[in-house]
Amino acid sequence: MRWTRRTIYEAGAGYQASTGTIEMSLLEVRNLTVSFDTPEGEVHAVNGIDFSLEPGETLAVVGESGSGKSQTALSLLGLLAENGRAVGEARYRGRDLLSMTATELNEIRGEQIAMIFQDPMTSLNPYMSIEQQMLEVLYRHRRMKKAEARERAVEMLRQVQIPDPEQRIRQYPHEYSGGMQQRVMIAMGLLCEPDLLIADEPTTALDVTVQHQISRLMRHLRTNSNTAILLITHDLGVVAGLCDKVLVMYAGQVMEFGSVEDIFYRPQHPYTRGLLRSVPRLDRGDESGMHAIPGNPPNLLELPAGCPFRDRCESAFESCVQMPPLEQLPGGGLKRCHLEAADE
Amino acid sequence: MSKPLLKVQDVRVHFPVETGGWFQREKKVLKAVDGISFELQPGETLGVVGESGCGKSTLARAILGLIKPTRGRVVWMGEDMASLDPESLRQKRKELQIVFQDPLAALNPRLNVGEIIAEPLKTFYPSMQRVQIRERVKGMLKMVGLLPNQINRYPHEFSGGQCQRIGIARALILNPKLIVCDEPVSALDVSIQAQIINLLKDLQRKLQLSLVFIAHDLSVVRHISDRIMVMYLGRAMEIACKGTIYRRPLHPYTSALVKAVPIPDPVKERRKRETGLTGHVPSPLHPPSGCVFRTRCPYAVERCEADVPPLRALSDDGLVACHEAENFDLSIARSEEE
Repeated sequence: MRWTRRTIYEAGAGYQASTGTIEMSLLEVRNLTVSFDTPEGEVHAVNGIDFSLEPGETLAVVGESGSGKSQTALSLLGLLAENGRAVGEARYRGRDLLSMTATELNEIRGEQIAMIFQDPMTSLNPYMSIEQQMLEVLYRHRRMKKAEARERAVEMLRQVQIPDPEQRIRQYPHEYSGGMQQRVMIAMGLLCEPDLLIADEPTTALDVTVQHQISRLMRHLRTNSNTAILLITHDLGVVAGLCDKVLVMYAGQVMEFGSVEDIFYRPQHPYTRGLLRSVPRLDRGDESGMHAIPGNPPNLLELPAGCPFRDRCESAFESCVQMPPLEQLPGGGLKRCHLEAADE
Repeated sequence: MSKPLLKVQDVRVHFPVETGGWFQREKKVLKAVDGISFELQPGETLGVVGESGCGKSTLARAILGLIKPTRGRVVWMGEDMASLDPESLRQKRKELQIVFQDPLAALNPRLNVGEIIAEPLKTFYPSMQRVQIRERVKGMLKMVGLLPNQINRYPHEFSGGQCQRIGIARALILNPKLIVCDEPVSALDVSIQAQIINLLKDLQRKLQLSLVFIAHDLSVVRHISDRIMVMYLGRAMEIACKGTIYRRPLHPYTSALVKAVPIPDPVKERRKRETGLTGHVPSPLHPPSGCVFRTRCPYAVERCEADVPPLRALSDDGLVACHEAENFDLSIARSEEE
């Protein structure tokens, strides 16, 4: 996709379309709440969040550990832990994922919605060759014959730039490096040309140069297919090159939402600004030093009343003891903060 | 220049490995660290950067005397570590401490914070009074930015960043002269990483510490390091002071590492050029002949296959291991200069 002014317009319009009109989005999440029963009591990991995703669009969900970003992704595919519960609505092409049975979900998982996890080593089965694992997907969802399935799998591996795919497909996961395993995960996710790819920290466990290659690969995918991507990450650096829209989460709440340009060039929430400042930048001099967000990521069992971020917020004032509402911004974005709009 | 605190001279750590099937066992040598040399002055920080498998953690263990180098010497304040008898080596350990990557895994979950931080004291000063130990531990907690009244809590009650502070407190309690930090921030949220780096920098100034700071990417080490060494497959590719390494890297691998760091700016990031790196890190069991980096180097020439490039001085403040380094310009444009 070319990077133009239109992107901003589209990002804004996309959100309005999903809130106002009847037009159907690819994925529409309404008032999603995820909670866990623990010995210490009920913990709310996600507190009533809304977002939507259009075909071919890339949305980043950004936040620190404990912000609820991964639980949001897991709840969409019915992958929450035993003690977890998701309430609300997550409509995929109009059908609510949260109220589906396991059988119904199995028709969608891996076929229409694919997921890539943070650690490729633990996501691949060490006892099965890459071929067996990839063909299984095609047998299950596409009812392909072996020769045809094999051809498709090799082609997919070639697309994610695995060298000599015909030979390497016969190998086992331990014979692949970490970066190559993640490529295999991506290839496997894309086998059935899903409409939506959920990527949970896909580059966090990888070396920088490999991280760079995987980001490139995902960017290529975004340009050359109509697959929508939901990217979950704690690092805004990864988001800049890849995403159209950004949702910033803290303690299970949406703190800010906007187009990638709004979030990077005109961040409105002090938390977003803190996240941006904390990314070390090699394109600038070192004089500015390194910036952290003070304090620690939220402990969901001991959240303060009012704005959950106020303990760590440099601009907190009296009103922050009240929970700020999620406010619509002129550009189409959203923010949850009592501070007046800041121009940057 | 004052006398160096630590001198690492041509250190090599080789592991014998058996490969192949049951019937065709083959003995091979894995050269995890293959000829690393550097000096560290008191109060100085050396950043060591490289991707997984480049030998940076093995180097750390060799410096601390946790593994014996196959060849080469580690000289600590004028004394060869290999020549020390076990008791004097044990005494030296007070001066050399380590902070690990995974902060939660590095702390014993069954001990409370007070016991964790006091353990080195109890080991080295068995006759120290309990009250005195407790005072020292409380002081240390304050120094690393935790509250003294958290002394009875257990590791699982703390966040990742706080656990790393506990790890640092444990490393500092014996008043060491050198701390080796093995990827101390890689497991933390980006928003918390700077807290730990700024804390280490503060402590270093206050306590006159030397640091060896290991990381897998160049963005993290810049702020804390005086000099940076870039490693690849057990060898040093470049050593230079940080002023030059980011602005004018001499080795193609360093330049690729700089370019691989994402820029948090959508327009710039999307305009950015490729790193120039192709392929994957070769297996350390079958390293390429000549320059180990040549299989991925965009500038490789015939000579790189035949001769191992020595680490040589090309400018006043840097060493580079590349035959062709003077034949290309890898300067990196900064945003304020654009």
